[in-house]
Amino acid sequence: MVLGKSLSQDGAVRSAAEALFATFQAAGAMPVETAMLQPADTLLDLYGEDIRARAYVTDDPVLGEQMLRPDFTVPVVQMHMSGGADPARYAYMGKVFRKQDAGSGRLNEYFQVGYEVFDRSAPEALDAEVFVTFAAALEGIAHTAVVGDMGLLTSVVAGLSTSERRRAALMRHVWRPIRFRRLLDRFGGAAPPLERNTLTDDAPEIGLRTKADVTDRLALLAEEARESPIPANELSAMDAILSLAAPAPDALARLETLSGNLPSLRPAVDRLARRFDALRKRGIDTEALMFEGSYGRTHMEYYDGFVFGFSAGDIGPIATGGRYDALTRALGSNGAIPAVGGVVRPDLLLQARSASS
Amino acid sequence: MTVKLGIPSKGRLMEQTLAWFGDREIGLSRAGSDREYAGAVSGIDGVELILLSAGEVPRELAAGRLHLGVTGTDLVREKIPLWRTQIETVAELGFGHADLIIAVPKFWTDVETLDDLDAVAARFRADHGHRLRIATKYHRLVREHLQSAGVADYLIVDSQGATEGTVKNLTAEAIADITSTGATLEANHLKVLADGPILASQATLFASHVTPWSEAEQKTLTRIADMLGAKLPEAFI
Repeated sequence: MVLGKSLSQDGAVRSAAEALFATFQAAGAMPVETAMLQPADTLLDLYGEDIRARAYVTDDPVLGEQMLRPDFTVPVVQMHMSGGADPARYAYMGKVFRKQDAGSGRLNEYFQVGYEVFDRSAPEALDAEVFVTFAAALEGIAHTAVVGDMGLLTSVVAGLSTSERRRAALMRHVWRPIRFRRLLDRFGGAAPPLERNTLTDDAPEIGLRTKADVTDRLALLAEEARESPIPANELSAMDAILSLAAPAPDALARLETLSGNLPSLRPAVDRLARRFDALRKRGIDTEALMFEGSYGRTHMEYYDGFVFGFSAGDIGPIATGGRYDALTRALGSNGAIPAVGGVVRPDLLLQARSASS
Repeated sequence: MTVKLGIPSKGRLMEQTLAWFGDREIGLSRAGSDREYAGAVSGIDGVELILLSAGEVPRELAAGRLHLGVTGTDLVREKIPLWRTQIETVAELGFGHADLIIAVPKFWTDVETLDDLDAVAARFRADHGHRLRIATKYHRLVREHLQSAGVADYLIVDSQGATEGTVKNLTAEAIADITSTGATLEANHLKVLADGPILASQATLFASHVTPWSEAEQKTLTRIADMLGAKLPEAFI
């Protein structure tokens, strides 16, 4: 019977989740719970309107709009920022809820088991700790791991030889490849600057935005049109990073070469090298580890440094995670703390296990 | 069994639909008084006419309660995420043309395209502490459009009517709505973004894949298509 089967599957998934939860606690994490209903405001402020396409929204007459938690990271960070121990390691387990594209066949509610580390000590060692914790969860399953580092792209953007305004505009869209590319085309001279008409008196000033705001922006656009384009070598370095996909040692060598001409990339490449060392020390075969320069760019928006994902054949990603220092800054009213963590899906883990046995 | 055909129950859209079918020898009319939402059909057998709100036609097609329905492309796209698999176009009727557009105050001479709207939204959020509000009733279509263009820092606020007035009333900074002539936008000191509409809509005759079609109903459909001079989608032949 279909119902009976799905119930027993649910039971198996829960058992697998509990086993993972126990493993993470044994690794030193404190178990935490978060509310299933999250205030929509916080999530909307972080992710913007796009989140409405992915999260279920409901309404409370007193509390206002609430969302069924689409992930644990945000509430766990909030909990930590409002008085957690420093350093701290947390483990959690429970369901998350996501609207899925019509016809995609993806589940709209599923278990996640997570492990998060809030710690100010050597970040690369902690990145490696989190990675091996998830690698251990996949032990016995033929899997592939991909790593990336959003910090490479953001370092190059931060070091571009152009105005602060252009750098800020690019940084704002690091996670939106289409808009990022449009801005690059314009700032790099591949597309013409925006030319707009001057303000006239034939239309009244309506709404919150004022005529002064319009005049200000017109002045900025004029200024921008006079700016020289971003140098070609910086643009090509960015393209090289974004299209990079190679085993870790080759990728590192490639990035070393790039940073020779681009000093702003140097610290991020050094961090990457230290991270690969830390992974090796923990027994990871980095020769077999794939590095992708664009990994984490489209659907892991709060990760701003190390990113990783594990999959098994076409099942996956089974586990994903990364570093999200900026999220703690955005959510913490007083200060930030470096943080790295990830989640694993016990249902996919079970699927992969039965596929590989 | 009869083929259930749903058409808009009032206004110009109803009148034009009646006339369009009439020109093709399918006589559709209201049964009894103006206030009764049942219809009469002449010129073809086996068709039942149902008058309902244009906004409800998509849902009824998707629920399998109508075989055929006339409504705007915009309503089908907004209300039926799976429209590609549930509904098929039989004929575009050539009227009820309307574009779903984004409009901003006319005095925003610095804003012509989504490139500008995105940049202005960033600045607006920094200045005002909240995201730039776009009033619309087409939440899904507008969000998908802006998301695929990578626009950020906007907020969709619901507006079920008089949307063009929201900017002046300080409840939105921009709007997204259906427009045919642009006269209402002009009167409210708004202008359309230049990079094209989100969707070009017109009155369209749709057939449902969800509704079961008996052999007799299928034959009636073929006959309707002949009379309308429409080419039936493959799935219905």
